[in-house]
Amino acid sequence: MATISTPLRIGVASWLVPMRAAAVTIAGLGVLFFLIALDLALGDFDIPLSDVVATLFGGGDPASEFIVMELRLPQTLVAVLVGVALGLSGALTQTFARNPLASPDILGILEGAAFGAVAVIVLTGSSGYGGGLVTGTLQEIGVPLAAFIGAMATAALLYVLSWRRGIDGQRLVLIGIGLGATLTALTSWLLVRARIQDAASAQVWLNGSLTSRGWEHALPLLGTLAVLVPVSLLLVHALNAMQLGDDSARGLGVKLQVTQLLTLVAAVGLVSVAVSAVGPLEFVAFVVPQVALRLTGGSRPPMLASMVLGACLVVGADLVTRVVLPFALPAGLVTAAIGAPYLIYLLIRTNRKVSA
Amino acid sequence: MTDLPHSSRLRAELVTVGYGGVPVARDLSLAIPDGKVTSIVGPNGCGKSTVLRTLARLLKPTSGQVVLDGEPIDSMPTRDIAQRLCLLPQSPLAPDGLLVRDLVGRGRHPHQRWFRQWSRDDEDIVESALALTDTADLRDRPLDQLSGGQRQRAWIAMTLAQDTELMLLDEPTTYLDLAHQVEVLDLVARLNRERGRTVAMVLHDLNLAARYSDVVIVLKEGAVVATGDPASVFTVELLREVFGLEADVLSDPRTGLPIVVPIGQTSSVIR
Repeated sequence: MATISTPLRIGVASWLVPMRAAAVTIAGLGVLFFLIALDLALGDFDIPLSDVVATLFGGGDPASEFIVMELRLPQTLVAVLVGVALGLSGALTQTFARNPLASPDILGILEGAAFGAVAVIVLTGSSGYGGGLVTGTLQEIGVPLAAFIGAMATAALLYVLSWRRGIDGQRLVLIGIGLGATLTALTSWLLVRARIQDAASAQVWLNGSLTSRGWEHALPLLGTLAVLVPVSLLLVHALNAMQLGDDSARGLGVKLQVTQLLTLVAAVGLVSVAVSAVGPLEFVAFVVPQVALRLTGGSRPPMLASMVLGACLVVGADLVTRVVLPFALPAGLVTAAIGAPYLIYLLIRTNRKVSA
Repeated sequence: MTDLPHSSRLRAELVTVGYGGVPVARDLSLAIPDGKVTSIVGPNGCGKSTVLRTLARLLKPTSGQVVLDGEPIDSMPTRDIAQRLCLLPQSPLAPDGLLVRDLVGRGRHPHQRWFRQWSRDDEDIVESALALTDTADLRDRPLDQLSGGQRQRAWIAMTLAQDTELMLLDEPTTYLDLAHQVEVLDLVARLNRERGRTVAMVLHDLNLAARYSDVVIVLKEGAVVATGDPASVFTVELLREVFGLEADVLSDPRTGLPIVVPIGQTSSVIR
């Protein structure tokens, strides 16, 4: 199916707007607003949608205002921001490596974050009572920070290990999978050696959870996105040229290494800040850009649509875990349950294509 | 090293270049004559593509320099170079689902900014590149659905959209059957004649090089061994010395251009 584009010209500024991608993005925004409204309305205590809307615009009764603004809005906002960050991050790495498998969750970056977080939970040895994160200054600040550092360090290692006079997508994926497996093994080793309370508390974090996320989680996300979303959108022009191979891109005047490094830094920054807020939400960064690509047509994952659909998926997962399921399940299990079959499907399809 | 009696915007001066410290070419000098079609030929591994990639600033010489418009190329911003010189690499990538129109549009990259990505100029130049390469009817087709010849024409359209006078083509006829090779080279000849493009390309086939080039540069082991028009370059002695090939050189009755006819072992036995 052909993607028809329309020129958009304002004064000296001009862009080529792919119509189908624009339609998918706008439709996705509609779905997202609906999901956000539902997420704010439903829970242990249901509030009519009209009251939710009224509350958001400052006209609700005090009870609804407390539930919507204080309890639910921060968590929903975190879900939206995490979804945006993960969707964009995956779209960047998949485009950059020209490989659908090259997403942060396949490349071992989430595993690096997990290792960092579990190391802090287990090794700081504070007393814990399984089933929830242990409070205490070290863990409150230490766990997100360790997750962030773990993700960044893994990405740096990945870059160093896969650099051979340039970055090759295939090599990046293989080394990433190896790194991820190693880190998972290290994390398991930590869990085995940990005291049972710490292990339980680490397990909760490892599943990726949106439960009781507040403004303190939303603000770092908001700040990072405010910087990295514009940076990513500026990189798109060069990424388009890089799709044609390294030689073509350099022939077209792309500063290849600068662009590659900036793309990786942006993608890793996005995924790191997301994982430090809610733990590893598996498969969002991997699946969302590919679904967005199939919906929009075209030759690479669309950035804007990936952000919107990422937010839809994570808010939807929050809704499912809080409202639909009879017992509270971490959101990470829901995204993994959707993502894992898709990974298998994609592997089979790629395999068929190669052997065909 | 004698210069050609032409002006040259692009030249290599005493260039030593290679991969990972092993030089492929040593102290090599050559000039691409303006307004001509130049073919770089030579046996496998002689450094043809290496030299072309060096001229296109994809490889950095360890000594010597490439000069574009009188300036050393490695002191120029890569975008400025891209506005003067385009390159069709040997095996460019096209992701699944990339449409011909999008591919050709990518050629405008060096002329665009993030806020100016589809000006009327961009549109007009892409349209004329599509028309010139006979790919206008294919514009809404994905590249992976085209025949080899169509695909190569689309790639040439992409480089045309870059709107540079200098065009470097690295084996533009690889993997094509003879009819498609001729189709691509006819296009190259037309771009040169009608649009005044200077073309430098790496070619494998000596007869096609003779047929379509004004100037032939012969490389052997990273050094230029002959430069000139095809009739004076392709001699029985040169073919023997450079390619290790026993061949007759005939004259094409239609064009008067040289035709290389390998003798091979079977015929020498018969003789």
